[in-house]
Amino acid sequence: MWCGMWEEFGARAPEFIGPSVSCESVGDCVPCSPDLARRMCVCPGSRRIGIPVRSSSLPLYSDAMSAPTQLLFPLIRNCELSRICGTACYCHHSHLCCSPPPFPLSRLRYTPQKAFSTFCRPKDHFWQYTHTRRYATTPQRFYLTPPQVNSILKANEYSFKVPEFDGKNVSSVLGFDSNQLPANAPIEDRRSAATCLQTRGMLLGVFDGHAGCACSQAVSERLFYYIAVSLLPHETLLEIENAVESGRALLPILQWHKHPNDYFSREASKLYFNSLRTYWQELIDLNTGETTDVKEALINAFKRLDNDISLEAQVGDPNSFLNYLVLRVAFSGATACVAHVDGVDLHVANTGDSRAMLGVQEEDGSWSAVTLSNDHNAQNESEVERLKLEHPKAEAKSVVKQDRLLGLLMPFRAFGDVKFKWSIELQKRVIESGPDQLNDNEYTKFIPPNYYTPPYLTAEPEVIYHRLRPQDKFLVLATDGLWETMHRQDVVKIVGEYLTGVHQQSPISVGGYKVTLGQMHGLLAERRAKISSAFEDQNAATHLIRHAVGNNEFGAVDHERLSKMLSLPEELARMYRDDITIIVVQFNSHVVGAYQNQEQ
Amino acid sequence: IMFFRLLCDIPWRRASQRWPNRSPSRRSISTVSESSPPVSLPTHAQVVICGGGIIGTSVAYHLSKLGWKDILLLEQGRLAAGSTRFCAGIVSSARNFTLEQKMANYSNKLYQQLEQETGIQTGYIRTGSIFLAQTQDRLISLKRINSRLSVMGIPSEIISPKRVAELSPLISIHDLVGAMHVPEDAVVSAADVALALASAACQNGVQIRDRTSVIHVKVKKGRVTGVETDRGCIECQYFVSCAGQWAYELGLSNEEPVSIPLHACEHFYLLTRPLETPLQSSTPTIVDADGRIYVRNWQGGILSGGFEKNPKPIFTEGKNQLDIQNLHEDWDHFEPLLSSLLRRMPTLEALEIMKLVNCPESFTPDMRCIMGESPTVQGYFVLAGMNSAGTSFAGGAGKYLAEWMVHGYPSENVWDLDLKRFGALQSSRTFLRHRVMEVMPLLYDLKVPRWDFLTGRQLRTSPLYDRLDAQGARWMEKHGFERPKYFVPPDKDLLALEQSKTFYKPDWFDIVESEVKCCKEAVCVIDMSSFTKFEIISPEAEDFELLQYLFSNDLDVPVGHIVHTGMLNEGGGYENDCSIARLSRSSFFMISPTDQQVHCWAWLKKHMPENSNLLLEDVTWKYTALNLIGPRAMDVLSELSYAPMTPDHFPSLFCKEMSVGYANGIRVMSMTHTGEPGFMLYIPIEYALHVYNELMSVGQKYGIRNAGYYALRSLRIEKFFAFWGQDLNTFTTPLECGREFRVKLDKGMDFIGRDALLQQRQNGVYKRFTMFILEDHDTDLDLWPWWGEPIYRNGQYVGMTTSSAYSYTLERHVCLGFVHNFNQETGEQLVVTPDFINRGEYEIDIAGQRFQAKAKLYPFSSLFTYKRRKDEIEMSDFQGK
Repeated sequence: MWCGMWEEFGARAPEFIGPSVSCESVGDCVPCSPDLARRMCVCPGSRRIGIPVRSSSLPLYSDAMSAPTQLLFPLIRNCELSRICGTACYCHHSHLCCSPPPFPLSRLRYTPQKAFSTFCRPKDHFWQYTHTRRYATTPQRFYLTPPQVNSILKANEYSFKVPEFDGKNVSSVLGFDSNQLPANAPIEDRRSAATCLQTRGMLLGVFDGHAGCACSQAVSERLFYYIAVSLLPHETLLEIENAVESGRALLPILQWHKHPNDYFSREASKLYFNSLRTYWQELIDLNTGETTDVKEALINAFKRLDNDISLEAQVGDPNSFLNYLVLRVAFSGATACVAHVDGVDLHVANTGDSRAMLGVQEEDGSWSAVTLSNDHNAQNESEVERLKLEHPKAEAKSVVKQDRLLGLLMPFRAFGDVKFKWSIELQKRVIESGPDQLNDNEYTKFIPPNYYTPPYLTAEPEVIYHRLRPQDKFLVLATDGLWETMHRQDVVKIVGEYLTGVHQQSPISVGGYKVTLGQMHGLLAERRAKISSAFEDQNAATHLIRHAVGNNEFGAVDHERLSKMLSLPEELARMYRDDITIIVVQFNSHVVGAYQNQEQ
Repeated sequence: IMFFRLLCDIPWRRASQRWPNRSPSRRSISTVSESSPPVSLPTHAQVVICGGGIIGTSVAYHLSKLGWKDILLLEQGRLAAGSTRFCAGIVSSARNFTLEQKMANYSNKLYQQLEQETGIQTGYIRTGSIFLAQTQDRLISLKRINSRLSVMGIPSEIISPKRVAELSPLISIHDLVGAMHVPEDAVVSAADVALALASAACQNGVQIRDRTSVIHVKVKKGRVTGVETDRGCIECQYFVSCAGQWAYELGLSNEEPVSIPLHACEHFYLLTRPLETPLQSSTPTIVDADGRIYVRNWQGGILSGGFEKNPKPIFTEGKNQLDIQNLHEDWDHFEPLLSSLLRRMPTLEALEIMKLVNCPESFTPDMRCIMGESPTVQGYFVLAGMNSAGTSFAGGAGKYLAEWMVHGYPSENVWDLDLKRFGALQSSRTFLRHRVMEVMPLLYDLKVPRWDFLTGRQLRTSPLYDRLDAQGARWMEKHGFERPKYFVPPDKDLLALEQSKTFYKPDWFDIVESEVKCCKEAVCVIDMSSFTKFEIISPEAEDFELLQYLFSNDLDVPVGHIVHTGMLNEGGGYENDCSIARLSRSSFFMISPTDQQVHCWAWLKKHMPENSNLLLEDVTWKYTALNLIGPRAMDVLSELSYAPMTPDHFPSLFCKEMSVGYANGIRVMSMTHTGEPGFMLYIPIEYALHVYNELMSVGQKYGIRNAGYYALRSLRIEKFFAFWGQDLNTFTTPLECGREFRVKLDKGMDFIGRDALLQQRQNGVYKRFTMFILEDHDTDLDLWPWWGEPIYRNGQYVGMTTSSAYSYTLERHVCLGFVHNFNQETGEQLVVTPDFINRGEYEIDIAGQRFQAKAKLYPFSSLFTYKRRKDEIEMSDFQGK
């Protein structure tokens, strides 16, 4: 039990250096003020679950903190913080699980610092952090310089270039850029990218968690293994099973491409591995002899993982830390949008409201967006229709209410969220037998209204297949944090122009139009401002975030706006924007073209 | 037949859209070519000219005027359809070099009468041009150009901003400090000029074939024998490459490549629709160099382009279709120039854009065009690399090249434009690409004395480069070789490059002073490894006779002696000025100026009979040269060699191989190129570091220090030492610069130029090399002389200076230059006697301000207290500009 607490504390620990947080407040369930709750519901990028609850779960806890206290907390550097949190969290599992439980505050203050100064190289992070704190006492005068803005925007950026062999890149993927900008503290979004080693292809995904980050974290770690296993031919599965059986070295299935902040929870790895093994054993037994269809594999993997999450929570684990972990995974939720690229075959499996957008360059050089996923939310009529059909007519009005599932949940499909999947009896039983934290948690105990015919929620993805053409230049996978601030056409245009370089991209041509020298001058000045913002970024995802957060009404990055948005206190940040996670995959037009010619 | 076709073409061209429109015109060309079968190609011609732009047609025009008829001009596309068609058509005489001013002035006059001569409209309008100055420094540089224009008889004046507004009301004058007005400058349609030149050439018998590409030039035994085209082969004696930006590739396509270092950059200009009240066709052309733009009137609207700071080089990998297709209008690139235009002419905001033209122009490594014959392939002539001034130069340059081919040399000294100033070392694509990116903006940058290129540096260096650099050396470059200018002491900071640009006293003044002082009082070492060094071996007596024929001074001296001699041309002018040490009976060591490496080699090769046994080797790279200057030099050397070095043991102009430190076989010569006592050390490069280290450590007690070329320059100019390439050229004879005693006129031996010199001795000389000491010039406050300043005698213009330096000994500025004697009525040149020189009152005009000067003739001895025997004074000097 305390282990779980540890994790949470570890994650929060840096903030506890703040003088105004008392030891007592840590364990308490601080009531969320009704005022705050109301505000949360009206805010533009609203929370996925609009339930006012009492909870010790951290995001809510921080919401509940009184405003002055929050202002003393670091106002900015959300990403730095998340980095610290992530790392601290990671270290604690291995370090402190076995040490004696009582934790005087002094240790709390001390340990995280030590942990992160030992485990993540940057001493400077710490200095940045304390530095920030000093600033935080005068939030009004705070203004971020361009380098500070850049360091925030770039803290989580990651780029991967597919290595070239013999001077040639034979993959249809040139590489990808990804980045995250947190609004929640800690961030609830996750991202994953990996190359399948036993089959061809590359997997990329973004995961948007809600009610905490436990579920999105688990999905980001586990889903690609499930997909990879689903894709493996029978012989390979057998080989792997034999290797496990005889204790030989396992064939590596995935090569991960991870930012240092993208961590894996080591404690659960054994548990996760066993579940995965059970899955492939079943696949071996089921051997149909047919070649694996990617679409089917994706659907199976999604469903199987969600099922395993649910089962693990029901079964529990003798290790109390793990037991709490699996419960938190199951009771929180996550959407997923995953792309599988193999040659010219692009599959996008989507569950929830993240989106995949293809950037297509027309012959005249302009950019257009092709959507490769459907949002599963109230804006999607067929989803509403599906839900209504799956439940008795009597529930037609209650199943989707205020554009939310049962009036609560925004995405209509998601991993985890057993609250919308299990029967009431099962939920009660699990909570009662579960650890105290769970039992004390208002949110977990809360049963959705009009809850008659569960399950209301599924993790089954919708898979869209697209055959890549030479004009398909890139794919943007992003959580709804991006899509609610920017139109897809703008997203594709910005990325397209960034990747090709504005110069070649959209040359201005006067041809035929009446343009005066003065008008042209104004236009050029504006374009130059845009270019200079592009030069600051080495990463397409960072560039996109810069635009998403900093764009003014003219579609140009306004530094002042950017600075204000990034220096929002974390409490306010979530009201102006959601977590943003973006992966931009760049395709190799030459290879795609060659495939096409081959088949002709 | 061709002539008729050509005339037919012209109406067609008139009927079609008059201004550049690349793709449609291409298409129409191809349709025309399909409809009319090409005229057959002759099988031989005396001259084949490649390139039907304004340059090629001008060469054809002038060759035919000089009486050569068997000429064939080939054009790969259509006549005047390349850069010529797209260029802005400004003809301006306001250039930085006198030679360029002359060429532009001639072009202007030629174009003016061309319409009358040929009946073809050339669009010639005498609009005049106004050069704006936003800064005082810019105004100074305009004043310098102005004073040179006026002595050439080209009207020009410096005007106030107010007057600018009167002449061109569109201009915003709030930030101007002045301007220069050149009223006779003109605008033309370059393409029409080219067509007019072509048609006149046709009338004189020149044949023209378009849509014929030259594939390569055929060479046998180092001579042009023919041309291979896509439509067959043509035999010829001369080939003229006027291929503009393609000249580089064309030169390389030969079996024996000809390196023509030029590179293209994209160049943009804007065309607008007419103003509300259309601009008059006489509206002057505006050049706002500080704003990097030019503006001319064009069909009631304006044409405005410029030379941006960040040029876009193109065709680095040769001609390729992709680059041609990518030649789009690039508005983003043009943005700074557009801003500048609207700042200068704010009322144009409402003017409607017609188009942005992208017209690649070719640029050369030193901003001057390329003219002349290839040093490696005889009969291969070039005229290309116009640095965006093709229209201005075409007439004059065409004339000079035609004269060159017909008479053997042009009527002017064109060394500054000679292809032979470059070698293969300037031919690297990377070098050219980088260098032209610096050259193009430089066209409109402020050109102050002694600027150095920043790109393409550190190509050739001495083995001591790093050592010297670590000791604070600042470098200049000559022919790719890094040479130290001066050494900045550790405790001293110089200004940043941009701030150090000045027409006044430079920031290195004190540094060079201390180096000069050290040369005078103690001893200095200067790395002079860049000199061109040849070894000549003449095994047989007849070979030695050949040498005697090639060199103007008597080489038959005892072994170990050094001879200063010129290599003269038939006219008695200096082709080269060198020092030759006789190493043995049959071997000679020849030292020439740095930039003579290609020219001198070509000259020697050209005059060597095919069966000659003369062995010629370029050993420039083998030796590091250290110049040990100063009264204590002999002490340092004798300490290092255990050999007495006093004048009794080692007289002046002597050469000996000896040991210095551990190193043996060092060629020590008792001369310093400055008139100061000391020694030149020619050291095999592997010993260079050792010898240098020994000199510095032993020299310490004698006060040795490093010095650079600026100190050397000051020393040699105050001693009235002329150097080739700056003071001496192919049109100056030994008699004109007081070097009669260095010529074997009375030894009964024949040598090239002897007859001309004998005649000159009889008739007298028409110009005399003179030294001027500025009298009322304040070094701290007045503008410094540079070179090219007009010289006035009794108020009359008599010539121009060729070099200048501050003499720390005399504490005065010293200028060197040639004095002529022009008949005041007719302008005819009269004999210049020493008496004429001595009896004049002289003034030097520096940017419009005249300073009194005292004239001295060479040789002289009165300036310095100590006297030396006349024959002991060594007079050769090779320092570059």
